[in-house]
Order: sequence, then C-alpha cells, then structure tokens
Amino acid sequence: MKLIRFWLIVLVIILASGCMQQTNRATGVYMLLDTSGTYAVELKKAQLIINYLLGVLQPGDTIAVGRIDTGSFSEKDIVAKVKFDARPSVANNQKRSFQNKVNVFVSSVSQSSYTDISGGMLQAIEYLNESESGKKYILIFSDLQEELAKGYVRDVPLELSGFNIIALNVTKLRADNLDPKKYLGRVAQWREKAINGGGSWRVINDLERLDNILNKG
Amino acid sequence: MAKSVKMAENKLNDRNRDVLLSAGKESAERLVEREFERIGNAVQRDLEGYPQLQRQLNEGLIKLEEDYQQSIEIPQKLPGWDKVIKAIVGIQPKSDPLVGNMLEDIHQTLSEQHAKGLEKHRLDASKRHAVLNKMLPLLRGIKKTLGGLDKSLSDLNFRAKRIDQYMNNYDEIRNQTDKALRTLSSSSLTQFFISGAVLLVAFGGAIINFNLIALPMSEMVGGASYIGPYKTSDIAGLVIICLEICTGIFLMESLRITRLFPIIGSMDDRMRMTMFWIALSLLAILAGVESALAFMRDRIAADLEALRQSLAGMSPSTVAGSVIPTVGQMVMSFILPFILTFVAIPLESFVASARTILGLAAAWMLRILAFALRIIGNLSYYTGRLLINIYDLIIFPALWLEGIVIQGFFRAQAEKDSAEREKNQGQDATIPNLGSMDEEKEMVQ
Repeated sequence: MKLIRFWLIVLVIILASGCMQQTNRATGVYMLLDTSGTYAVELKKAQLIINYLLGVLQPGDTIAVGRIDTGSFSEKDIVAKVKFDARPSVANNQKRSFQNKVNVFVSSVSQSSYTDISGGMLQAIEYLNESESGKKYILIFSDLQEELAKGYVRDVPLELSGFNIIALNVTKLRADNLDPKKYLGRVAQWREKAINGGGSWRVINDLERLDNILNKG
Repeated sequence: MAKSVKMAENKLNDRNRDVLLSAGKESAERLVEREFERIGNAVQRDLEGYPQLQRQLNEGLIKLEEDYQQSIEIPQKLPGWDKVIKAIVGIQPKSDPLVGNMLEDIHQTLSEQHAKGLEKHRLDASKRHAVLNKMLPLLRGIKKTLGGLDKSLSDLNFRAKRIDQYMNNYDEIRNQTDKALRTLSSSSLTQFFISGAVLLVAFGGAIINFNLIALPMSEMVGGASYIGPYKTSDIAGLVIICLEICTGIFLMESLRITRLFPIIGSMDDRMRMTMFWIALSLLAILAGVESALAFMRDRIAADLEALRQSLAGMSPSTVAGSVIPTVGQMVMSFILPFILTFVAIPLESFVASARTILGLAAAWMLRILAFALRIIGNLSYYTGRLLINIYDLIIFPALWLEGIVIQGFFRAQAEKDSAEREKNQGQDATIPNLGSMDEEKEMVQ
C-alpha cells in the first residue's frame, strides 16, 4: 500500500513538473539585407521573403530587418524591428506596420560602398540574444562577398550556439562565373564560420523553396 | 502457473457475474421504481380529480333527473268541446235570428278558445322539446367523463402488466438464472457499442466546438504562452468544453435522468431543483460566451485573410462578405453546449457496460493465457522426457562399456589379491583376516 502511494506521488510530481515546464517556443528572426552596390537591386526579392516571414510568424515571435552597409554593427542599421503581441488582432496590425516600414526602406535605400556582413551578424546575435527567443534564425540576404572599409576590424569569433544561419539568394558574381571555386570558397568560408561558432548553416538560392524555412532548422 | 491463471480467470468470472447481476438488479429496480412512480403519478392525477368527477357525474345525473321530471309533464289535450260544438252546430233554428246570433256568438267564443288552447299546447310541447334538447350535451359530457375513466383504468391495467413483467425479470435476476445472465450480458454488449458510437459522434461535436473557440481564445488568454507542449489558448478552449460537459452531466443528474453521482440524486427535491437551475444558468452563460467567441473568430479570420492577401501583394476582395456564415457559427456555438449536455446519458451507459465488457475481455485473455501456458508447460514436460530418453539412448553404450571395463578390472584385482593372500598364508600360517575377505567380496561384487 505504501509502495502504491509512493508511486502515485511520484507520478503526480512528474505530471505536475511536465505541465509546469515553460519552454520558450517563440521564434526570433533577424534578416540582414545587403545594400552594397552590386546587390542592392535584389532587394525586391528580399521584400517578398519578409512578407512570407510575416505571414508565417506567430504572436509572441520577434522579427527584425537590418541592413548590411559599410559598418553594420550598429542599432542604426536596424530598419524595422518588432515583437508581436500575444493577441492575434494586435499582432496583425504590427505586421502591417512592419510591412510598410520595409516597403519604405526598399523604395528609398541608398547603396553602400562596402559590405560589412560580420558586423551585421554581430548585431543580429546581440539582438536575438536580447529577445530571448527559443529558436533563433539569422537570414543573410547577400552574395556573401564581404568588403570591409579601412579601419574596420571584424576578426571577432561569432558565438552562434543555438542559431540557425540561412544564406538566401547567394548570387554568383562575374568573377565566380570565371572561377566557380571563388563562389564555393566564399560559401564554405561562411559555413565554416557558422559551424565553428556552434550554429547550423543552410543556403537557399531558389526562393520558391521557402516553405517551412523556419521549421527545418 | 496455468493453474493459478485459471484460478484468476474463475475469480474474475465470478466477479463479472456479480457485477452483471448487480447492474441488472439495479437496472430492474430502477425500471420497477420508474413504473411505480408513473403509476403513482397517474393514480394521483386521476384519483385526485375523482371527487370532482363524482360531483360532476352526480350533478349531471341530478340535472338529468330534473329535466326528465320537467319533460314528463305531457301537455294537456285540447278540451273535449268538439262534441258540444258539433251538437250546437247541428241545431238549425235559422228562422229565429236571436238564436242565430246567439249560436254565432257561441261559435265565435268557442273558436277563440280553441285557438288559444292550441297555442298553449304547442308552447308546452316546445318547452318539453327544449328540456330534452338540453339533456343531450349533459349525456355527451357524462359519456366523455366515463370514457376518460375507462382509459385511465385500462392504462393502469397496462402499467400493472408491465410491472408484473419487470418483477418477473427481477426475480430471474435474483435467482441468478442462466437466462437472466445471458440476457444481461447481451444487453450490456449492445449498450456498450451503441453508447460508444454515440460518444464518438459527441466527440466529433466537441472537436468542432473546440475549433470554433480555439482561435478566439488566443485573443483572450494570449497566443504565445504554452502549458507543456500545448498552447494555453487551446487548453483554455478544451477546458471550456469540458466544463460544459460537466455542467451538462450535473444538469442530467439533477433531473435524475442519469445516476453517475448518487449524492445528487439523493438530494431533496428543492435542493435538486436549485442545482438544476444553477447548472442551466451556467450552461446558458457558457453557450453565450461561446457564441461571442464564434463571432470574434469570424472577425479574426477575416482580418488574418486580409493581412495574408496584403502580404501576398493582392488587392483585398471588394465583394461584400455574407453574414450567413457568421450567424451560422454563432448559432452552432450556442447550440453545441446544449447538445453536449446529452452526452451524460450515453456516458452513463458506456461506463456501466464497460465494467462488464472489460471484465469479460480480461477473463477471455486470462483463458487464452492459461491455455498458452498449459501448452507451453506440456510441451516443456514432454520435451524434457524426450531429451532424457535420448540421453539414455546415447549414454547407454558408454555406461555398458564402463561396467564391463570396471568389472574386468576388479576381477583381475581380486584374483591378484587372492593370490597374494594365499602366498602370505603359506608364510605366516596365521589366523585368516575375515574383515579383508569381506572387503574383497564386496569389491568383486
């Protein structure tokens, strides 16, 4: 009888602790948009991806869009950011407002001379860590060709544990066509950075395959 | 092991039998009780009005009697003046004008009297007919009342026959006859499947209800929090549906339709009715809340659709949306809680019959287990015996050879020993050692 009582108590405790476990299921997405001269023309595609993400994200999730320019490690480079309210109706309004901000940015973007992807990554890591999201995604909409201006040091190791890095629309440059090793080397370099930092890495060039972009990570 | 499983099966069968009989007894008692209650109500309803009925009948009869007395008076016939008039008319003194005038006056007077008499006779006859006419509805009323009485009595008779039937069934259950057991077993199996099917349908209704309120619940409790692996809003919707079902069960209990909670059924009537009204009010409130949530769901879904269209770069639809789906959802959300109330009835049947069915299934499984164990036991036993026999067959030549070798060895040893002893005897000429001789004998043997 005592044994049965003991097991009952254990069962109740296990069930109660199972119910009490509060896992953070919110998703945090930070999308980096390359605005360097060669890539700025691609931003219309980025707009579509952002719209898709706005349709997929749920109340309680976080999204931010940051630009990659000469020096991207700055709050000023965050174009739009929002943490959706828990109420669906409020979240819908926030999504509309976010969409408008992105539209304004895309229509009035100025091309930058350099491409500081690492700075943007650092900014994204900082923002997503602050947001305390359960799942963290950094989407890099760029050709991954980093060009740092003189004086900018970016040899900081990236702490990407728990992050999913997805490179989108990694276009081939003219030089890549002449020597594909350059393109492959560029992608491999970023892949290595992401994996060495403890994160996961994916490349999606076909934007028709965006389905479940946030679930496969 | 098979024996102990068999014993367990027997015990379970006994228990099942007890459960089945107990359930059947309870059901029969309930039926008889209900029938008595109905008879009581019918008798109370009919006999309560019996004094009034008797009074009505008496009054009707008295009135009939009075009417009869009134109608019994036959109107007087016209006076027998005919002969007098005829005689006077027969006089013919036409020459005397005085007599003529007198006769004329007499004739005129008589004619007037005759006309008055005729009028009075007609009036009396018409009065009598009116009295008789008045008797007709009274007679019809009495006939109707007596007809109602007859119907009540035949109804009582019918119910008494049904009670007899139930009592026979009850006696059979009490006597634990095989027929009663078979009937009860078959009945519980039927109940189990029918109530299971109805519960499945109700489950479908509950799922639809859940889908109607899950989305708007996220507007109330937030769509970003989780309890375990489930959204809080989903759990909140589920809790509301469960609460509705619970309230429905209490409603049915307070109406004594089901008996899942005997404590509710045994409450006094006033308390029970209070509970009924409380449950009904709560159910109506919950249904209203659900209806409002359904309305909110429609609004949220429309907003979400507009947002999706906007994100997809499509212009929002200009066609005015119909209100019919909204109203339909609201009505459905209001009605479903009340429909779910009736889940209590199949639930009770399911729980009651599941005890028997589970017991039967467990007994059947134990029987199969005992059979399997017995087969395994027998197989092991005979396999063991077979192995022993095979071992004997294999070991026999070796043992036989061993016996021969040992026998030969001991025989040679004994011969050698005896030769040595004879040699020693010759040398010592001492007393023979009997002990050693015995040992040798044993060894040879």
